Amino acid sequence: MVRTLTAATVLVAALAAQSGAFAQSPDWAKIRIGVEANYPPFSQMSPDGKFSGFDIDIASAICAQIKAECTMVSQEWDGMMPALNAKKFDMIVASMSITEERKKSADFSDSYYDIPSTWIGKTGSFSTINPAALKGKKIIVTRNTPRARFVQDNYKESEVLLVAKEAEVTMELAAGRGDIGFGSSLAATAAFLKAPEGRSFSRLGAPVILGGAAQGGGVGIAMRKGEDALRMKVNAGLKAISGNGVYKTINDKYFDVNIRGE
Amino acid sequence: MLHGYLPAILEGLELTLKVSALSLAIACVFGLIGASAKLSESRAARWSAEVYTTLIRGLPELVLMLLIFYGGQIGINRLADAQGWGYIDIPPFLAGVLTIGFIFGAYLTETFRGAILAVPRGQAEAGLAFALSRTQVLWRIVLPQMVRHAIPGFANNWLIMIKASALVSIIGLDDMVHRAGLAAATTRAPFTFYMAVALIYLTLTSVSIFVLSRVEARYSLGVKKVQF
Amino acid sequence: MDWKIVIDSLPLYVGGIRTTLVLLAISLASSFLLSVPLAVARVSPRLWLSRPVWFFTYVLRGTPLLVQLFIIYHGLAQFEAVRESMAWVLLKNAWFCAWLAFTMNSTAYTTEIFAGALKATANGEIEAARAYGLSGLKLYSRVLLPSALRRALPQYSNEVVGLMHATAIASTVTLVDITRVARDVNANHLLVTESFGVAAVIYFVLTFSLVGIFKLLERRFLRHLRTQSVGAAVARA
Repeated sequence: MVRTLTAATVLVAALAAQSGAFAQSPDWAKIRIGVEANYPPFSQMSPDGKFSGFDIDIASAICAQIKAECTMVSQEWDGMMPALNAKKFDMIVASMSITEERKKSADFSDSYYDIPSTWIGKTGSFSTINPAALKGKKIIVTRNTPRARFVQDNYKESEVLLVAKEAEVTMELAAGRGDIGFGSSLAATAAFLKAPEGRSFSRLGAPVILGGAAQGGGVGIAMRKGEDALRMKVNAGLKAISGNGVYKTINDKYFDVNIRGE
Repeated sequence: MLHGYLPAILEGLELTLKVSALSLAIACVFGLIGASAKLSESRAARWSAEVYTTLIRGLPELVLMLLIFYGGQIGINRLADAQGWGYIDIPPFLAGVLTIGFIFGAYLTETFRGAILAVPRGQAEAGLAFALSRTQVLWRIVLPQMVRHAIPGFANNWLIMIKASALVSIIGLDDMVHRAGLAAATTRAPFTFYMAVALIYLTLTSVSIFVLSRVEARYSLGVKKVQF
Repeated sequence: MDWKIVIDSLPLYVGGIRTTLVLLAISLASSFLLSVPLAVARVSPRLWLSRPVWFFTYVLRGTPLLVQLFIIYHGLAQFEAVRESMAWVLLKNAWFCAWLAFTMNSTAYTTEIFAGALKATANGEIEAARAYGLSGLKLYSRVLLPSALRRALPQYSNEVVGLMHATAIASTVTLVDITRVARDVNANHLLVTESFGVAAVIYFVLTFSLVGIFKLLERRFLRHLRTQSVGAAVARA
């Protein structure tokens, strides 16, 4: 038994050494990126375990541009910011909206896309969308996001079902756990409304703009506060790929419209 | 098969097994240290072990995992910054393993303590009478005999640990449950994937129960069983 | 330690505590009520009674509660047939799904605990009861079950504490319990001590309250097991 224990300890040490501690290079030649992998078409995992999606492609393109070796780390949306703060990775590329509140905890790159939000529900269920029409109804929205803040501030007479990640909005809507959902307009069309489960659903009302890129909003890449060197590099990379057509290629691969938002 | 996601799920299974096995090893180490501390003559040792087991058993595993996962990394960061060591990365795998090992070490402390107490005092006394040192008595006389008494509690904890490893998916570790979630979201077939994962876990626990009952039989050779 | 955030989030935590305790109470009540008859079936010599129960406890104790919850909450919603059925009124509610998962899981463990206690009944008790002509329902309700439930009290208290800890898992299916509140506070403010630390303190207090209640129950129901050595120990102290 003593031998088993010693063997176990050696095994642990060996495995620990393998996974390795690594010091962060100040020139950012190696970057770890936190991704959600659970938000088609921006971020998803394919059967062979590889990540794919708009967010993933943009992240890879920026890395290639700034000549950095990037590793993608999948992280639950719930713990994205805490994980960034705990240095589990160096930046978040997960369709995270830039908001004043989030800016208190992290620095953001320039916005890399900007699309409106939309109401989704059973076709014809609501002809107008306003607090009166939705009184007493259940609205599904992702918790701790600007959309949740919008719904909670403006639709006080409605019940709000807060879900843990954006992909669950359409999932719970399809399951009938709410009357109407409030989510990203493009993720809804591209993934859900085209799928068999989304056949009887459609976008309701007009798209809602919550703090677009022009007002310092939009979707950006989050980094720890004070990592200015990294932020400059990322912004430079983003600017470059927006100019040299790489962004457009990726954009067109997933969407019919230009989502750059500038 | 499983919409083509089977290889990904099996990779997650590999991680689940690695996490469980390593956590078990670490839990044993913590458990032995804890048990020795609880049975030692030093009041400080007894008190610290008591605090350890009480704290761990008083909190949900999920909360402990979240606390250690986020708090631990931040703590290490602060320490590293203060000492000027630069950033020390704790890979999620290591964090998960250390956390579960630490948590179940507390439960194993009780198991091992009970098992050590079940070994007749005469054995230790005889060892000391033969001029063996305290350490030698512990390692060579008490511990080998303690194993037989520890097996039921150990088996129980192992089974609980396999199932608790499902919780690491909540802190984002890419294990079987996490993979199933990702696959379920993409294919919109959660029932299929979670059922598959449930079946795999059932197989794991069944195999474990079988193996552990064999181990118990092996270690109980020569022990007279009660005749009804 | 940012006390302002702790104080501001206290109302949220109170709501979380209420959710946790309600979930615990309803799951505990239903699992207890189910476990007693199931335990009797489990120890029955009639295989058609004991085998199904054995299978039930085997499967539910052999798989993680998290996975069971996901199957009920996410998995069942996948099927059109389920969504059209009458059961959907219940199943679409997260509370019902959590209650169902916790009840089933806890019933499995509790059934095994009570069955073990029944099996440990002293032969003499059963013989004496039978000698008095007791059988069937009277035998169980007057003699076997009171004796077994008392015997099961220590292990059952562990199970109840375990169930309370397990309610933290409900935070994964939109229920706003203590753990969910802590995760939100952590996500919004990035402060681990103020979020999980507070949750830890709350769970600690709840755990010790539960343990205290069970100690009182043990003192009352297991009074017959306290031996004279307790008095001797007190005299020594």
